[in-house]
Amino acid sequence: MTAELLNTSLQLSVPELMLAVGAMVLLMIGVFSGERSVTIVSGLAVALLIMAGLWLVLFTENGAAYGGAFLSDPFARFMKVLALIGSITAMVMSVGHARAERIDKFEYPVLLVIATLGMMLMISANDMIALYLGLELQSLALYVVAAINRDSVRSTEAGLKYFVLGALSSGMLLYGASLVYGYTGYTGFDEIARVLGEGERPLGLVFGLVFLLTGIAFKISAVPFHMWTPDVYEGAPTPVTAFFSAAPKIAAMAIFIRLVSSAFEPIRIDWQQIVVFLSVASMALGAFAAIGQRNIKRLMAYSSIGHMGYALVGLAAGTQAGVRGVIIYMLIYMVMTLGTFACILAMRRKEEGNVENIDELAGLSSTNPFMATMLTILMFSLAGIPPLAGFFGKYVVFAAAIQAELYWLAVIGVLASVVGAYYYLRIIKIMWFDEPAPEFAPVAGELKLVYGLAGLFILGYVFVASPLGLAADVAARTFF
Amino acid sequence: MTELLGNYVPIAIFIGIALVIGLALLIAPFAVAYKAPDSEKLSAYECGFNAFDDARMKFDIRFYLVSILFIIFDLEVAFLFPWAVSFSDVGWIGFWSMMAFLGVLTIGFIYEWKKGALEWE
Repeated sequence: MTAELLNTSLQLSVPELMLAVGAMVLLMIGVFSGERSVTIVSGLAVALLIMAGLWLVLFTENGAAYGGAFLSDPFARFMKVLALIGSITAMVMSVGHARAERIDKFEYPVLLVIATLGMMLMISANDMIALYLGLELQSLALYVVAAINRDSVRSTEAGLKYFVLGALSSGMLLYGASLVYGYTGYTGFDEIARVLGEGERPLGLVFGLVFLLTGIAFKISAVPFHMWTPDVYEGAPTPVTAFFSAAPKIAAMAIFIRLVSSAFEPIRIDWQQIVVFLSVASMALGAFAAIGQRNIKRLMAYSSIGHMGYALVGLAAGTQAGVRGVIIYMLIYMVMTLGTFACILAMRRKEEGNVENIDELAGLSSTNPFMATMLTILMFSLAGIPPLAGFFGKYVVFAAAIQAELYWLAVIGVLASVVGAYYYLRIIKIMWFDEPAPEFAPVAGELKLVYGLAGLFILGYVFVASPLGLAADVAARTFF
Repeated sequence: MTELLGNYVPIAIFIGIALVIGLALLIAPFAVAYKAPDSEKLSAYECGFNAFDDARMKFDIRFYLVSILFIIFDLEVAFLFPWAVSFSDVGWIGFWSMMAFLGVLTIGFIYEWKKGALEWE
């Protein structure tokens, strides 16, 4: 690599470099000024993420860096901005909670920055090795974050479970990558697509594809690789769960899209059936398994499994409209989840600490009408009721599936969302019609801000739908 | 493809023979050996004494911490060897790549030192 090439590569990856260097600087600040530095480190971490996001939007050009392993294109930028917004929001939401639960360690924001860096590398990856490095950087940070409350048995159990199963899925992904390398002779996505475009499709390569998609399906918690999700969501501290359910899902879905629409585009018939199966199974399990849940974090875990299923409907279509649908769906999903988790974090009483049973929400409409209204909007949107954002998310993916003549997939999707509506509506019923439970402690300002903004976005989505759709269009056109 | 797999035939034969011999040695005693167990024969043997305690004892978690920190820096050296051997070929970019890598590791080292992970007491 000549100096000139290196220079362009460095320029294209400035936001990532900022996060990498920044995370190390923050670590040093934290370790040299002791435990009381958590506030300043958190503040600086948020500032760092915002700066990286601004640089990404304003100054980053299109191009390939580091010998084609790192790609900067409209799709990558869109998804990276989403991931950054998810991380920033999760970090802001966790400050007050961490202090109250005495888990305010300065390592927490640093780990979140490192995880975000991993996500950004993963979204930009255009090579199996770059993909794996990004994925592992993200995952290793997340394993530690899940167990950040190390005096709690449930938190450590969640961390350990996530680590063991995550390591297994990484192993599968690596095995798949090695098979693909063995049968095509390349690790770069473009080269793999070229070799596959010549019409070859050995059986071993399909095995490789299956293993690769298994590894990634694990990260987006698509059925049948979802087993870790409810336990980890329930065991991890709530702000960590909020983080898990937003940004990493965006990153994993982004690499899923990139992998199948660039590297494996020539063998669409093979991956399409896998995606269709993952999608149907996730939608069905997400709809039925959540019905029996009383713990709201477990309920949200099954809900997110279901939502990944809906997003995959768009990907199964394999068209530009489909990819556009997935991008829009992930955007709306992220806003809905972050808003809902802000409400869950607000479910806190002075003497008991945080409560997680959905019956604790009883009569919220009389004790805290603003929060009840926002949570109602969020629940209606998660259920997919027009004219809220969740409806439009489902509409774009189902429309794409119908255009691609996957009629039955769209029908199953609609049926699953009808079943799923039951448990969202039940929460609304508990809030508005049940006898009031004891009042929650006053809600922290940052949580009010997050669920207020999320509710506003969902209500007003109709007005911002066209510019967002245009941006998603540009992002989706990257592959077609 | 078959030619490539053909290279592995000796290994397959070796695995087969090893399996047969191993299994035969495991199974034959059950079939042929004379058995007359009593409690002395079945108890754990420890140099003629009665066993002192359980073989699965607890040990200090700090051993684990020290060993994992050791592995990190052990790997660092493993990366340095090929770099040092090809030093004249990798040029300035290779040199600075390794310096960046060492810099990141140093940050980690400072962190673990300040955190007291290297103190025993």
